[in-house]
Amino acid sequence: MEKVLLRNVDAPESHTLEVYRARGGYRAWEKALREMAPERVTDEVKASNLRGRGGAGFPTGMKWGFVPKDNPKPKYVVCNADESEPGTFKDRLLIEKDPHAVIEGTMIAAYAIQSHTAFIYIRGELSFGATVLQNALDEAERAGYLGKNILGTGYDLDVILHRGAGAYICGEETGLLASLEGGKGWPKVKPPFPATHGLFGCPTVVNNVETLAAVPWIIDRGAAQYTALGTEKSKGTKLFSVSGHIQRPGVYEVEMGYSFKRFLEEDCGGVRNGKKLKGVIPGGASMPVLRAEEIDGVTMDYESFQAAGTLLGSGGVIVMDDSTCMVRAAWNIARFFAHESCGQCSPCREGCHWMEKIFRRIEHGEGRAGDLDLIQSISGNIAGNTICPFGDAASWPAAAFIKKYREEFEEHITKKKCVRME
Amino acid sequence: MAVEFSPEARQKFEKIVARYPKKDGAMLPVLYLAQREFGYLSTEAIEYVAKIMELPAARVYGVVTFYTMLNMKPIGRHHIQVCRTLPCALVGAERIAASIKKKLGIGTGETTADGRFTLSEVECLASCGSGPMMQVNDDYYEDLTEEKVDKILERLK
Repeated sequence: MEKVLLRNVDAPESHTLEVYRARGGYRAWEKALREMAPERVTDEVKASNLRGRGGAGFPTGMKWGFVPKDNPKPKYVVCNADESEPGTFKDRLLIEKDPHAVIEGTMIAAYAIQSHTAFIYIRGELSFGATVLQNALDEAERAGYLGKNILGTGYDLDVILHRGAGAYICGEETGLLASLEGGKGWPKVKPPFPATHGLFGCPTVVNNVETLAAVPWIIDRGAAQYTALGTEKSKGTKLFSVSGHIQRPGVYEVEMGYSFKRFLEEDCGGVRNGKKLKGVIPGGASMPVLRAEEIDGVTMDYESFQAAGTLLGSGGVIVMDDSTCMVRAAWNIARFFAHESCGQCSPCREGCHWMEKIFRRIEHGEGRAGDLDLIQSISGNIAGNTICPFGDAASWPAAAFIKKYREEFEEHITKKKCVRME
Repeated sequence: MAVEFSPEARQKFEKIVARYPKKDGAMLPVLYLAQREFGYLSTEAIEYVAKIMELPAARVYGVVTFYTMLNMKPIGRHHIQVCRTLPCALVGAERIAASIKKKLGIGTGETTADGRFTLSEVECLASCGSGPMMQVNDDYYEDLTEEKVDKILERLK
């Protein structure tokens, strides 16, 4: 398979403008600026069927198309580089090894919606990535790809690198915008959607790093080459970050529709230390876990993961071998969400902490009869009852762990101890 | 103690603010600048930022307390942050955190008496394929073992 997203990352000095250009970089930018009307750029991305790779999977071209053309307000593009979903580290790789692809994609999106100010919102902890990106932005500006009257076309664009300060919720697009407006990262009620009422009330497009990094390839090669990859409904390629009890962890680019089992066993070398697979979360910690036997026949695309009762999400694959205590794993995830709940909506603010407390007491041998139903009830009361999808993200894994490994939870409660941890 | 930016920091502040479509948008970069200048964000520092940002102090305070990387208390020279989230936990993060606590004689959220280290246990740092891992100030240390951690801590004076 020809690589779309990881096409440059293994080249020496891949982060520099010189190497990026030598490998065809900024060709798409010149093509878009010189030969394509902004609407044509959007149409090409629409035709590619590229979907948002941050987790929600919304069609990218359609998102750009929602931006009103006759609105007199300034328009903004924001590259969402606030990668924080547990199990996900693909954007970090692109940022550190192929920053110009991220920048070029951001610039093309800006041109498509005729924005003159774009932001790259990078999570605060990624200090090295921020330095790499800033250097790349400076290089691009010196080369005339950015700034005023770009390549003599009269088009102006400024790209501002903005560092977050430690908050998972800022990866949610309206939370990100609230943060970029100088506030707490509190998500906003949709509608209105950012496309019409985004940053400072102006039309705004927010796209994930991986989504934008695919755009230059699509513009350069044409949508048809992109749609030649993947399945009927899930086009192109997707990055998967693989972690946990796996022989070869790392970031992999996979053509949509690839066998999940083959991927884990052959590409990633299988479960490490000769142990057996117990469960795997395929799309980041927010997504329902699959038992080992459930991965049979699953392919790596939006539809197949959904049919299996989970979601592709961010592509953060967390592998757990048969020595894993699933109560402890569920507690760990619940603790994450309790820590990261932004505190705006009561069901999530209170419920996430309740779930964390109950999982903790089960793991520590203090579980009570009825605790499992209690968690299911809390989880059901959070999901769908919050402003943003964080509530769902916190409740799905809790409910799935109990449903899929109920006997292990019950064993903890009846034996009043964890029987699996060292 | 009068809390105020140095002339250099003041210049940086003006430059940052000028770039944003609205002044409010510069909040986080300005708070980072203040944290670098003052070491941490005391009540006085927050009031000062509020003044120059032309915002109520309560608004700035709300932002500072919302984000984990903005500190309202002084921290050690080396801020050790051990990731505790699932992918790292599966490959031994708890052992790493325990060994650091033992070596430094402090618990999570505490600073050594000499002000050299502060230890935090934090959520996912996007380094899941190379866990267990920790961040010390700006730097990531990955694929940790207890021996590796010992050597890293020795080097950080």
